[in-house]
Amino acid sequence: MRPLLLKGHTRPLTFIKYNVDGDILISCAKDHRPTLWYADTGERIGTYKGHNGATWSCDITRDSKRLVTASADSTVKLWNLTTGECIFTFKFDIPCRSVSFSLGEEYLLLTTDAFMGTPPAVRILKHSRDIEEQQHEEVLCISDAHPGRITRAMWGPLNKTFVTSCEDGMVRKFDAASGKLLNEVKVHEKSIQMMDLDSEGNTIITASLDKKSVLLDFETFDILKTYQTDRPLNTAAISPLKDHIALGGGQDAASVTTTAGQAGKFEVVFYHKIFQEMFGTVRGHFGPLNFVAFSPNGKSFTTGGEDGYVRIHHLDSEYFDLDL
Amino acid sequence: MVSMMRWGDTLEDDDFDELTAQALVAANAAPAKQVEKLPPKQVFGPDKDGVKTIVEYKVEGGHKVKVTKKVRVTKKQMKTNKGVLERRNLGKFGEAVGLNAEQERTTMSMTEDIFLERVKTSKDNTRKDENFDQLQALATTKALLRMSGISGKPDGPAFGANKAYKVPASVRRGPGERPPDEDGPSSLAKPGSGQYVPPSLRAGASSAGETMRTRRDENSVRVTNLSEDTKEQDLLELFGPFGAISRIYIAYDRETRESRGFAFINFVRKDEAQRAINKLDGYGYDNLILRVEWAAPREPRPQQEGR
Repeated sequence: MRPLLLKGHTRPLTFIKYNVDGDILISCAKDHRPTLWYADTGERIGTYKGHNGATWSCDITRDSKRLVTASADSTVKLWNLTTGECIFTFKFDIPCRSVSFSLGEEYLLLTTDAFMGTPPAVRILKHSRDIEEQQHEEVLCISDAHPGRITRAMWGPLNKTFVTSCEDGMVRKFDAASGKLLNEVKVHEKSIQMMDLDSEGNTIITASLDKKSVLLDFETFDILKTYQTDRPLNTAAISPLKDHIALGGGQDAASVTTTAGQAGKFEVVFYHKIFQEMFGTVRGHFGPLNFVAFSPNGKSFTTGGEDGYVRIHHLDSEYFDLDL
Repeated sequence: MVSMMRWGDTLEDDDFDELTAQALVAANAAPAKQVEKLPPKQVFGPDKDGVKTIVEYKVEGGHKVKVTKKVRVTKKQMKTNKGVLERRNLGKFGEAVGLNAEQERTTMSMTEDIFLERVKTSKDNTRKDENFDQLQALATTKALLRMSGISGKPDGPAFGANKAYKVPASVRRGPGERPPDEDGPSSLAKPGSGQYVPPSLRAGASSAGETMRTRRDENSVRVTNLSEDTKEQDLLELFGPFGAISRIYIAYDRETRESRGFAFINFVRKDEAQRAINKLDGYGYDNLILRVEWAAPREPRPQQEGR
C-alpha cells in the first residue's frame, strides 16, 4: 500500500477521529488547529481556528454536523463541522483532556487535568442540539476518584455508565446518573495512555507505558486478553472488520534522538485479537506513535505520530487475504 | 454512478478487426497520403459488451504507427449515505481557504510502497533482548574489571594483543561471538538513562554487528582445485549437510570474472567444519579432486590448526 502523508500539523498529534460514515476525519495535535480531512483522498478541507493551546481530543456527532474539541487552553469548543465556525465555548480554569458525546448527543463527557491544586475530574456537561439554547451547565462532577490524570473517558451502553482510564493504571466504571463508582480494576503497572472501545462497545482496549495492551470486558471488567509487546504503548485500536488489534507507541519522545530509527520501534504492530500473537508491522513514522484509528469499515487505518504527520493507510488485498 | 476504466481492461494491439479497419481506410484515405498530417483520433463504441475502440496515429522513428486500444467500460453502482454525498464538495475553511488539492502541499501520496511486514513469532524479540542483556552484563563487568585493574590471561595474540587491558578467562566469550569491545566504548549505559549507547548495542539492534575480521576468520575452510563453473549454490549443496554455514566466498578473477578455482566456507561450528574437512578432502567433484583444509588466518592464531 502507498500511505497518504498529511502534513497539516506542526506539532505532535494527539487524537484522530473518523465520523460515523468514515468519509472524513479530524486530527488533533499539540498545535492549536484541529484539522478536517477527507478520509479517502487525504485532501485537507479546513482547520478550526480558535483554540489557544494543544487540543487533546475531539468527537463528532452522528450526523457529522458538529464537532467538539477539548483543549489545554482550558476550553471545550463546539464547532460547525463543515464550515469551521466556533459556535460555543465552555470556559474552565483547568486544562481539558478527553471529550465525547453521549449516545443521542444530549451530554458531553469531559475529563479535566489536575491544575493549581484542583484535582483531576470527570464532568458531564449538557449539550443542546439547538445552539441558541446551549449553556454552560454541568450535570455531574467527580473529582475525588482519581489519583492521577484521567487520560480517557467513554460512555457505556445507553449512557447508563461511563469508564475512565487513569495514569495510575486503573480502569474505573461509574454510574452516569449518580456518579457512584461501580467497579475498578488495576490492569497496568504504568500509566494507561489511551483506551478505546470496539465498534459494538462490548470490550475495552487499553494501551499502557508498561508495554502491554489489555482487552477488558465492559460489563464485568474481566481481563480477556493481554498483548505483550516490546515497546511502551501510546495507543490501541480494535479492527471493526477482522479480529485484529493495532497497537502503536515506541521509545519515549525525549530519547528519540539518541537512537536510530529502527531501534525506536515506531511501527504500528498488528496483533491477533484472540491468539494474542503479533503477526505484522507497518512502518513509516519516525517518531513515537500517538494515535491509531481504524476507519469504521475497517478497510483503512490512520496513524498520528509525535513527528507531526498523519498517515492514512488504505489496506490492500494482501491484508484482506490473510487467513487470520 | 461511477464509470471506471481499469488499466487491466486496456489491451493494445496493432492488428485490428477488419470491419473497423475498412471503415478507417475509407475515412482516412486522403490524409494517409500525406506523411506529416496524421489522421485524428477516432473512438468507436462502446458496443453492447461495453468495449470501446480507440484508434490513434503517431509517428515513431519515421514510420506512421497506428495504435488501436480496446477499452471495456463498466459501470459500477455504489450506495452511499446522503450525508457523505453532501460532504463530497465541502467549502474550504481555516487555513485551507482558497487552495485546491494541487496548490496545497499538505497531502502527499508516498511513492514508496509500504507493506504489512509479517512477523513469525514474538519469541525472536525476547531472545534478542536476552542476548542484549547478556552483552550488557558482560560489558559492565568488563568495565568494572578494567577500573579495578584486575587482569587475567589474554585470549591469544590476535585478541587483546594491542589492548591496554586483559580479559579474565571467566568473562571470555565463546568462539562464535565477537569480543565485546573491539574498539567501541566499553562502559555501556542502559537505554533511557541518557548516556550514549552505540547502535550495535542498543535494544533491538541485531547482535550480528560483527567486524569483518572475525567474520572471515571464524571456522573458515579453504577449498581448492574447484572447477571453474562451481557456484555458491553448488558449494552450499556440497557443504550444507555438514552443518550451518555462515558465509561462502568464491574467488573470482578481477578482470575475467572467472572463478579462480578456490573458495572459502565459514561454518558456524568448528566441529562441523572439521567433519567437512575430514570427509571432503580428496573428494572427487566435477572430475577434479578437491582439497579441503583449514584456511590460514590473516593473523596467525595458535589455537587454530592454522597453516
